[in-house]
Amino acid sequence: MIPMIEEEVLKHGWLNSVDLLVDFIAISESTPGPFAINIATFIGFDEAGLWGAIAATLGVVLPSFIIILFIARFFTRFAKNPTVNGFLSGVKPMVVGILVAVGVGLLCRSTIHTDLFHLSDWVFDPRTWVIAAVLLGIRLIRPKMNPIYLILFAAILGIVAYSLISI
Amino acid sequence: MLRDLFFTFFKIGLFTFGGGYAMIPLIQREAIEKKKWCSVDEFLNIIAIAESTPGPIAVNSATFIGYKQKGVLGAFFATLGVVLPSFVIILLISLFLVQFKDNTIVANAFQGVRIAVAILVLGAGLKLMRKLKKHWLTIVLIIAGFILMLFHWLPTIFVILIGGIIGIMYQTIVTWIEVAKRG
Repeated sequence: MIPMIEEEVLKHGWLNSVDLLVDFIAISESTPGPFAINIATFIGFDEAGLWGAIAATLGVVLPSFIIILFIARFFTRFAKNPTVNGFLSGVKPMVVGILVAVGVGLLCRSTIHTDLFHLSDWVFDPRTWVIAAVLLGIRLIRPKMNPIYLILFAAILGIVAYSLISI
Repeated sequence: MLRDLFFTFFKIGLFTFGGGYAMIPLIQREAIEKKKWCSVDEFLNIIAIAESTPGPIAVNSATFIGYKQKGVLGAFFATLGVVLPSFVIILLISLFLVQFKDNTIVANAFQGVRIAVAILVLGAGLKLMRKLKKHWLTIVLIIAGFILMLFHWLPTIFVILIGGIIGIMYQTIVTWIEVAKRG
């Protein structure tokens, strides 16, 4: 979705430069919600205040909302259809593979600060390894713990690790 | 129930950091394990559909689960709940953008959060993988999806479409063989 957003944003002249967009992509790593919603709210607000934010966010959410409502409504009918079943049974393992790949990608970007195979760009930051080890340990010892607590704890770990240890 | 949907998805939306996929482990925990709003198998179907349709997978999943519980109103409140935290926080941040961007404590906290999100998403993926049928084609597709996504060789939607088409093709071939055997 990002390239399409970039294209539309620059076409309408909504952000002064690509830099601000790149900045915002970085910021949205630290804000809740999917990126599409974040950027819509941000640009909407930037362009036309509160109502702009509402309009842009509604715009980005409404199409999929309606489509999903439609699909969900007829899901029981769709579910019996063998073509749909075939399609979904192919998509499901793909999505799982995608999810694991996304996880690996996120792990790389948060520890070595680059993609896995850009070997020359690997950043040596042992603080992240410590944090990762602790979090993994917690996850393995207490797998039933609410992920929200893990996130909060990770925030504290981040502050501690990065203030106490400097490279 | 509507209030429940709204607040649960509000909580989910509030802690989804680093992109839409981060929402999946949270939905799994809150909506499926705690509230039992759908089974893991149904959830697999939901995210498959959510990935194949336009819109962020996070919002689509919320809409779907909300609809399943309480129809259109349920879908509305679940979606509203999941969108609102990000909406409000972005508005606040827009006003204090510079302070937010350059604050070291915030930046450090998120260094940690980013790692947690990675571990959670990985965990969710592996958990769902266990729920899939152990069929040779399933394994092939999981690996295919993993590699295609890892190297960014294709945009996600194409990966999904390929998976879907292969699924249909396989289904058709199996059906033909069945019919041929009987015929």
